[in-house]
Amino acid sequence: MASGTATNADPDQQTVRSNSVEQFYFPRPGQSLPGIPPFFGPPSSSLYLANDNEAKVGNQLEPNPSQSTDWDPQAIVSNLTFLEQKIKQVKDVVQSMSNRENQVASGSCEVAAKQQLITADLTSIIIQLITTAGSLLPSMKNPLSSNPAVRQLSNTLGSPMGFGVNANQRPSVDSKTDIPDIGKASGYEELINSLNTTQDERDELIKGPNPCGGEGSEPTPMEDHDVKESDDGDHEGENLPPGSYVVLQLEKEEILAPHTHFCLICGKGFKRDANLRMHMRGHGDEYKTAAALAKPTRDSGSDHAPVTRYSCPFVGCKRNKEHKKFQPLKTILCVKNHYKRSHCDKSYTCSRCNTKKFSVIADLKTHEKHCGRDKWLCSCGTTFSRKDKLFGHVALFQGHTPALPMDDVKRKRRERLFWTAVGGLNWNCGASSRVEDGEINEEVEP
Amino acid sequence: MAAASAAHRHSKRCRLSPVPLDSLADELLFLVLDRVAAADPRALKSFALASRACHAAESRHRRVLRPLRADLLPAALARYPSVSRLDLSLCARVPDAALAAVPSSLRAVDLSRSSGFGAAGIAALARTCPGLADLDLSNGVHLGDAAAAEVARMRKLQRLSLSRCKQVTDMGLGCVAVGCTDLRDLSLKWCIGITDLGLNLLALKCTKLTTLDLSYTMITKESLLSIIKLTNLQVLTLVGCIGIDDDALSSLEKEYSKSLQVLDMSHCQNVTDVGVSSIVKSIPNLLELNLSYCCPVTPSMVRSLQKVSKLQTLKLEGCKFMADGLKAIGSSCVSIRELSLSKSAGVTDTELSFAVSKLKNLLKLDITCCRNITDVSVVSITRSCTSLISLRMESCSHVSSGALQLIGKHCSQLEELDLTDSDLDGEGLKALTGCTNLSSLKIGICLRISDEGLTHIGKSCPKLRDIDLYRCGSISDDGVIQIAQGCPMLESINLSYCTELTDRSLMSLSKCTKLNTLEIRGCPRISSAGLSEIAMGCRLLSKLDIKKCCEINDVGMLYLSQFSHALRQINLSYCSVTDIGLLSLSSICGLQNMTIVHLAGITPNGLIAALMVCGGLTKVKLHEAFKAMMPLHMLKNVEARGCMFQWINKPFKVLYIFFQPACLPLRYV
Repeated sequence: MASGTATNADPDQQTVRSNSVEQFYFPRPGQSLPGIPPFFGPPSSSLYLANDNEAKVGNQLEPNPSQSTDWDPQAIVSNLTFLEQKIKQVKDVVQSMSNRENQVASGSCEVAAKQQLITADLTSIIIQLITTAGSLLPSMKNPLSSNPAVRQLSNTLGSPMGFGVNANQRPSVDSKTDIPDIGKASGYEELINSLNTTQDERDELIKGPNPCGGEGSEPTPMEDHDVKESDDGDHEGENLPPGSYVVLQLEKEEILAPHTHFCLICGKGFKRDANLRMHMRGHGDEYKTAAALAKPTRDSGSDHAPVTRYSCPFVGCKRNKEHKKFQPLKTILCVKNHYKRSHCDKSYTCSRCNTKKFSVIADLKTHEKHCGRDKWLCSCGTTFSRKDKLFGHVALFQGHTPALPMDDVKRKRRERLFWTAVGGLNWNCGASSRVEDGEINEEVEP
Repeated sequence: MAAASAAHRHSKRCRLSPVPLDSLADELLFLVLDRVAAADPRALKSFALASRACHAAESRHRRVLRPLRADLLPAALARYPSVSRLDLSLCARVPDAALAAVPSSLRAVDLSRSSGFGAAGIAALARTCPGLADLDLSNGVHLGDAAAAEVARMRKLQRLSLSRCKQVTDMGLGCVAVGCTDLRDLSLKWCIGITDLGLNLLALKCTKLTTLDLSYTMITKESLLSIIKLTNLQVLTLVGCIGIDDDALSSLEKEYSKSLQVLDMSHCQNVTDVGVSSIVKSIPNLLELNLSYCCPVTPSMVRSLQKVSKLQTLKLEGCKFMADGLKAIGSSCVSIRELSLSKSAGVTDTELSFAVSKLKNLLKLDITCCRNITDVSVVSITRSCTSLISLRMESCSHVSSGALQLIGKHCSQLEELDLTDSDLDGEGLKALTGCTNLSSLKIGICLRISDEGLTHIGKSCPKLRDIDLYRCGSISDDGVIQIAQGCPMLESINLSYCTELTDRSLMSLSKCTKLNTLEIRGCPRISSAGLSEIAMGCRLLSKLDIKKCCEINDVGMLYLSQFSHALRQINLSYCSVTDIGLLSLSSICGLQNMTIVHLAGITPNGLIAALMVCGGLTKVKLHEAFKAMMPLHMLKNVEARGCMFQWINKPFKVLYIFFQPACLPLRYV
């Protein structure tokens, strides 16, 4: 399975923008990866998205194993809190309505509007509830197929008819409020509408506890030099069982390609998608529309794409999939950095110390921040950024001794010379005032 | 005295016939000189002046050199080729160049009282004396890691003191630990820049350490373990280590130190009886334990000391004794020879009596300021501890004179006795006639003693070296004369505020040639005449306190400058000395410490002249009024030579003592 995927992921089989490695990682909406079967299916959370393909909703409710790592108690707590508030709100509105009905007979259209509002609220509550429950489900590590209850639930939610019926049949709502019977069709329409209108709000709610999911901070590691720590070996503790993920292997040229986004018209390459979009504006007014300039919204499927891991193209490397103890790389960035660090020349030299060389420019920048600051020095010339590391080194090796920084010693010596001069001056003054007449000027003590 | 004259005779014979001296083997000659020097330190100088051969022999003999001025060091070292120990404690300022000029034969250098040198000087010392084994850099507050790194070049160093080298950090200690692996004795007292990191490295590299002083350092449990594991460590001093707590001590539970013999944990404020109980299990061969100002003494803690079967010395100064704590000492620590309970709270008659009744072999007992004890305790002490050689019970004011008589009757081995501020009377002193070995007797503020009592002491205590008669207002010249005649070995006497004394006392004391400390503060009848006798007779006089002796004037100072070349410290406050006396006094080149406050006859000019002349001064107390009157650059100049000024701002007191001889109930504890 893994090797099959890898061959399928061969860049030759890709689209014009096949060099865009990002595409592996974040497939565009509606675009499925070549060679990756819809094995895991889209996740349940895609329900939040305004997807006009209703039939798809039901399918998308299938859970994704990869989500088991995404199960966030905080998010669920906040969801529940939100639900609580929402129910209370609805309850208050209904109560105020019933009070007002008793006192004053208000206009029928106003009542109808309120009823619509209540219905919409209730619908959103139900959806929210199911979503919360759905996000809990994968954490049980049970595929949905083996859990008929959940399947049923998702089916009912998925079929608009059933949903509408459910909403109207809720006894608690009916008993408390005297909502006049609304036609099933209109109820259904309202439901869909409310589903669409409350979309944004719910999106925010879900994204709230997970800051990196926000619109402003697209977690594309490509653009961020600070994620280096998670590059190479950090995810080794992940321990995905072999076969539970798809292994992709990029070719060397692809890894080392400077650009990943190319203009379809003139062919100019860009490192970043945003820059490409800016560039595209020059090719005509049709690229200046808000839609064209907008950041491509991340597809619902992107979060829950099959677990993808990467292999280093260098045969014999531990990160190569042929290796006995193969340890996959987690992201494209990992692949890039790993390949450059391990299998490429170190072409960036620190301009300050002229000794340290790096193949990843971000490493050079990190080094330059600290270069010359290694103030803990051993007599053997090794420098350490931390004192305890130096002492560990000195303790380990015979004859090695902590060395003081040169400038410090020199400064001290200068000060000392100055004071010696001052002292000597005064000393002579004191000495000249006393004349010894041949007497030995020492303390006579054994 | 006899030995000195023998030496003189010896040198005279040498001058007549130098041949016998030449024929004498150096080893034999040196043995003779050793004995002569032991009897009278000045005899060697006389010997050297006798002849050229004697001079050469004395030059060859000298092993220890303590120069007064560092600038004459090259000449002195040229004269004494076989000097192995150089003591620069009298040189306040030692420039780097002086250290570069020392001979390579030196084995020990003491720079503990000096400043003015730095890493460069130590580097020069390390270059010229590769075999240096003993280096004292105490009080080197100006020395940092660079100096420590230079010390590390002395590979054969066995003893090193870095006390109060506060700028030395782990880096410096790391250098020393790696470089001086032969270290046996290391003092890091007050090295507050040192942490566990450096100490761990030290314990790893310097495995020969036997004595380690880590007082007032930041040591915690992180490095205590590795320190305790040092296989040769015998003496460990942890005074005032706030990082040492019960947790640190209990973490050593699994460890054993067979070598550790002396442990000092005084002033470790975070240690309690629980921690002490746990650490004593790890050190079965302990001989001395000091827990002063450390923890409350509980019976369970004391019982844990049973595991330390060889314990000889137990110091519990300033501790709070819980009920039965002291009793437990009696039953658990049967082996101890020395017990100190001074300033402790909770010491009662019943418990102390019980404890001492079990500790029959006690040699030293200190119950200073145990104010609750009465005759009962003294009776039990004198009954059971008859072999006591030291008993200190200052300020035990509830003990009656009758009980004090028992001390002299029963403890005839006593060498040191402190009965300051007690009810001692003539009968008590008479009882001390049996204590013929007495060498130190402190009976200050004993208002009832009289000349008659002192007569007994003078007659029966020929070995007396130190006597304190502070504020014994009822004694007169006759008593002091008896002491002076009976105790020729006298080295130190305190006669402060014995207002009846006159010059006659000093005349008799001038016969005590070994006298080096004389305190006659507030004796208004003593004049320059008496002081001149002292100056001529006691040539070893080094400390002199003549504060408030208003009769003493310039004449006394002239005599002092002429004869007392050993004078180090003098207090002149309230005397009638003028600029002339001060100037002549400043010609004593070894003078280090002067207190010149409230002298009516001193002018700023005279003072500054004296200060400029006196090159060896290290500490001068002056009245604050002079600060503004003396030129600032002169003061800076004197300070640069290593002198420290202390400005006193006390009002001038009219001397009432003269008019009210019956002394005030003052206590000077």
